Amino acid sequence: MAEPIADHLLQGYAQPTPNGHFGQFGGRFVAETLTHALDGLADLYASLKDDPEFKRELHEDLAHFVGRPTPLYLAERLTASLGGASIYLKREDLNHTGAHKVCNTIGQALLAKRMGKPRVIAETGAGQHGVATATVAARLGLACDVYMGEADVHRQSLNVYRMKLMGANVIPVTSGSKTLKDAMNEAMRDWVTNVDDTHYIIGTVAGPHPYPMLVRDFASIIGQEARAQMLQQVGKLPDVVVACVGGGSNAMGIFHPFIDDADVALVGVEAGGHGLSTGAHAAPLNDGKVGVLHGNRSYLMSDDDGQVMETHSVSAGLDYPGVGPEHAFLKDIGRATYAAATDDEAMAAFRMLNRQEGILPALETSHALAWVVENAPKMASEQNILVNLSGRGDKDILTVADIDGITL
Amino acid sequence: MRVAPPEAAQGRIAELFELLKAHNQKALVTFITAGDPGPEFTVPAMHSLVAGGANLLELGIPFSDPEAEGPAIQAANERALAQGMTLTKVMEMVVEFRQQDATTPVVLMGYLNSVLAMPDFPVRARSAGIDGLIMVNLPLEEAADLQRGLSAEGLDLVSLIAPTTADRRAQEIATRSTGFLYYVSLKGTTGSGALAVDEVAERMKFLRTLSDVPICVGFGIKDAASAAAVGAHADGVVVGSALVQLMADAPDVATANQRLQTATAAIRQGMDA
Repeated sequence: MAEPIADHLLQGYAQPTPNGHFGQFGGRFVAETLTHALDGLADLYASLKDDPEFKRELHEDLAHFVGRPTPLYLAERLTASLGGASIYLKREDLNHTGAHKVCNTIGQALLAKRMGKPRVIAETGAGQHGVATATVAARLGLACDVYMGEADVHRQSLNVYRMKLMGANVIPVTSGSKTLKDAMNEAMRDWVTNVDDTHYIIGTVAGPHPYPMLVRDFASIIGQEARAQMLQQVGKLPDVVVACVGGGSNAMGIFHPFIDDADVALVGVEAGGHGLSTGAHAAPLNDGKVGVLHGNRSYLMSDDDGQVMETHSVSAGLDYPGVGPEHAFLKDIGRATYAAATDDEAMAAFRMLNRQEGILPALETSHALAWVVENAPKMASEQNILVNLSGRGDKDILTVADIDGITL
Repeated sequence: MRVAPPEAAQGRIAELFELLKAHNQKALVTFITAGDPGPEFTVPAMHSLVAGGANLLELGIPFSDPEAEGPAIQAANERALAQGMTLTKVMEMVVEFRQQDATTPVVLMGYLNSVLAMPDFPVRARSAGIDGLIMVNLPLEEAADLQRGLSAEGLDLVSLIAPTTADRRAQEIATRSTGFLYYVSLKGTTGSGALAVDEVAERMKFLRTLSDVPICVGFGIKDAASAAAVGAHADGVVVGSALVQLMADAPDVATANQRLQTATAAIRQGMDA
């Protein structure tokens, strides 16, 4: 059975403030028209998050529809070949729909249902969040429109078709850079127009308050399970928890229950693209500055004039110029550190996991694995690394084949 | 309409609304995106708008992610950025405009990240001859810092109120707003078609009770008829997307100027009729 949100989260570390601030980050920077809907969402969530009936409904779905808890798996051959710390994989690839994203969309769709809103919208990059949203919309009988950058529609055609099979309408976005950030702009425009009957299911720990908080809370089931599983299966907490960071929801989900465990290092891995020095990357925590985009203040890749820069990553899901405000906060207070892995490093790690463990990870996830490949050998064999294996790579097969020069 | 400002008022915006009130007229506020469709269009366009009867000019700061804009102004932002527009260049345009027009208020409108990227924005804006700022994505709760900085330089931070803004919140916004209040007439992006004049009229009655600050209504107003209908209930109307579209279709500066002046004059006439 999936565990309810643990009480220890409410002690010690307690973020954000009632206005949605994580230190100087977060907040609510949106058109005035949306303030009312955001207040309503925040109030509803506050009234439901400890409501036994809501929690029961959520956890029934997580257990029987999604298939939680997901396993904690010791990657023995990978551990042996790297020759250092033991590597434990939190198998979020085994969720229904293939990634952790569905935990958030189920939570938010239940909120939409409580609000009596018959329609949901979403933005998507790699298509995983779009698929997860289309899935719960089908499950609950909600109308669903998914905004997706035209460039991503092409590189993630399998997921586009999956969404259509589930009855969702996929709307290609042709403005700006035609990727995730533009899809989010377009979703905001839809929401500002249809706010009365539509709930916007944001797919990551970004956006205006209360989204960074509520997406984190729904994703935190990952860390709650993993923490308990480490204690049960290994007998101690991990030395390091590693996750890839685009917007940062899988990382916040696994980090959050460990924040008060001061001896557990938290490492986020951003998309280094062609390398941080080239500028062609998607690593705002490594090489960005404080700015405001999509409703919150956080680190952002923007130029001297405040224009948001185009990003590059082999992984569509990490190809985003901003990052969730709580990550910005954790970076600044020193509780988490943020590395970057290049496209090539991620691809090498992707291949290694396929060959050595028989697991096909998402390209997003492969960035976290790249950090493991580099750092596990430097650690002692008694030490343990917990990796959020955030999603499976079926959706990336065409991209990888393309890199290999193979037409399927 | 161009009349010398009265002596006692503070700043061009306050002077304008006092003057209009004295003449029982409504403000025609026009919006164009700076640098669209090319940098050479903007300053002549500003003069043409004033010649056509515009009282206050809103100049859009081009931004890469204009999340509250409809298709017309999104495209304008992209065209302007493709031509290398920056906030510094927007300010230079206002300086050039001021060489010939010392009285018409100019308000910049845009997104917070543009202004955050220029820490000395208030000082530079003041010296460029800019009178105020409208930040699309800066609600009440987050506005205090910027408002302090602008006030210190005598600039107004124009607040927005939406149809969805709750009464108590509208009261708070109205209390803190300076210059004028911008009432967003519909739920949607700029240039949407769903303007409901009756609803606007109803809401204006309530907003009037909150503050003496002038109220201008924008979003969805595109011609003389809609401007006149909304203007009857407000202190001013804002026309944007329709003018932006008109500029986008103009082959050269002279044609753009002529069309802008004609369109503005027609709207002015509708409002004054």
